[in-house]
Amino acid sequence: MTTLESTHAKVVKKTKNSGVLGDRIFKGTAFFFAAMVLVVLFGIMLLLLKEAWPTFAHFGFGFFYHSEWDVVNNKFGALVPIVGTLVTSLIAIIIGVPVSFGIAIFITLMAPTWMKRPVGIAIELLAAVPSIIYGMWGLFYFAPWFANSIQPMMTSTLGNAPIIGQFFQGPPIGVSIFTAGIVLAIMIIPFIASVMRDMFEVVPTALKESAYAMGSTTWEVVWKVILPYTKAGVIGGIMLGLGRALGETMAVAFVVGNSLELNTGLFYPGATIASIMANEFNEASGLHMSSLIALALILFIITFLVLSIAKWFLLRLEKAQEGSKT
Amino acid sequence: MTTASTMTEETQPNSRAVGLKMSGALKESGERAALLEKIDSVRQIEKAKLKINDLSFYYGKFKALHNVTMQIPDKQVTAFIGPSGCGKSTLLRIFNRMYDLYPGQTTSGDIMLDDQNILGNNVDVNLLRAKVGMVFQKPTPFPMSIYDNVAFGIRLYESLSKADLDERVEWALQRAALWGEVKDKLNQSGAALSGGQQQRLCIARGIAVKPEVLLLDEPTSALDPISTTKVEELVHELKSDFTIAIVTHNMQQAARVSDFTAFMYLGKLVEYDQTDVIFTNPGRKETEDYITGRFG
Repeated sequence: MTTLESTHAKVVKKTKNSGVLGDRIFKGTAFFFAAMVLVVLFGIMLLLLKEAWPTFAHFGFGFFYHSEWDVVNNKFGALVPIVGTLVTSLIAIIIGVPVSFGIAIFITLMAPTWMKRPVGIAIELLAAVPSIIYGMWGLFYFAPWFANSIQPMMTSTLGNAPIIGQFFQGPPIGVSIFTAGIVLAIMIIPFIASVMRDMFEVVPTALKESAYAMGSTTWEVVWKVILPYTKAGVIGGIMLGLGRALGETMAVAFVVGNSLELNTGLFYPGATIASIMANEFNEASGLHMSSLIALALILFIITFLVLSIAKWFLLRLEKAQEGSKT
Repeated sequence: MTTASTMTEETQPNSRAVGLKMSGALKESGERAALLEKIDSVRQIEKAKLKINDLSFYYGKFKALHNVTMQIPDKQVTAFIGPSGCGKSTLLRIFNRMYDLYPGQTTSGDIMLDDQNILGNNVDVNLLRAKVGMVFQKPTPFPMSIYDNVAFGIRLYESLSKADLDERVEWALQRAALWGEVKDKLNQSGAALSGGQQQRLCIARGIAVKPEVLLLDEPTSALDPISTTKVEELVHELKSDFTIAIVTHNMQQAARVSDFTAFMYLGKLVEYDQTDVIFTNPGRKETEDYITGRFG
């Protein structure tokens, strides 16, 4: 009996000791990798800043709002790619969010059981399709089709509307800011839809049933109960999609047209930060290279701002819910 | 004892519940006087709110409820007791057609709410649910303020002025015995309340639309004893305005709050009678075994 107890104590002691050591090693390693995240982030930022410095020193603040991009005369302004990036992403979000929302709601609330899994898996597969495939499809199939059938229709209707009419103008060549926006929308829909679906899936059944039990229609349940309950995750999903749209390179480079002229018409070819970098990086040097890196830095900042605004918005929503009613 | 044995020998389990129909066929002989007295007690359902006739329920091919026939009296509390899986919650969820949400769940038979068959195809399920409110096992406050929680159902079906809406919300919260505790924080999130308060909030939300029937599905099983007492008192208070059907695992609770009790077992309605009869002089052996704790 005594021997048994003592061996037992020994075993406990031994495992405990090695456990403590293991814990320390684990903690140290985990800390190291977590710290690496910060190091890499600041490293990228510093390097971009250093490489972009000649551009900022040469053009000053004007780099942000000049629309000239003249490689031959070494004059660079970032306005066209900045606007192109923001507008294509905005179009992608405007089209992508409602569609994703519909897909997610259909899968979680309305689809017959046999359909839920196949559609869910298909969405995840779509999210995994390489962007260059979307780009090639966009260039060879979608853009010509769009130029021939949809664009004339939009120009002849929306194009005549006051104020917004000026946005629906441009040559019928297919490659344009608008086409890029649509291809981006198609690319980010799987991301946003699958995040939204995951969010809607975790809404407690009892909560949904309670809302139905009040006599709500499915739309009312979705709009008044499910969406408020999942808003943090839904906004997170939208931001994930927006982040992808802002930084997407290959697909956009294929369909955006790569023109560095500023136009109000969305059917004109344009450029985004990522597309211009992909196109010009190879032959750039000196101030041109520095300007491209300055563009990269701007993209970095835009993404950072978008995420910050999203976080701030979420915080405000939470406060509004806890605090007083408007 | 005599009553019990007569019942078991001569009637099938479910026909016990159709006591009313039997009464005409029975002869007034001396030895059956006791039985008739018992049937009389069921007859005291003067006005039935829900008339359930030969109701069966299927999860796909599995028959979960077997030919239930009973009447739920108006402005009374009817309790459903029985061991887990006996079908009592299933039965409750048929009254507001909650099963409609799930494909593959079907019913046969009919349920008359007043004069309307609520299992009919042309029933507006949303309107039905506005008439037949439900409170669930776990409190389910919606992600919005206390005020908006209570106003939720009202806003769906009525367009009241701000003043009327305020008044109705206060009325519902008063009725749910929650007003005193929340009147200064109506704008706070409903999720910030304690579990017991949340459940009373859900009851307030349920009665705010002035339903005709209120279904309570084990409303206190997630609550502490003090909150449970409050909810039970509330049930007692509310029966003056609403027809209440309550499912409970707690037999003492059924005895305390209900006027009529239905004992269910294996998807069948075994016995249905006035609560004091069920608990003092049950007609069937299974009921007696269950309420004395011999099984279940």
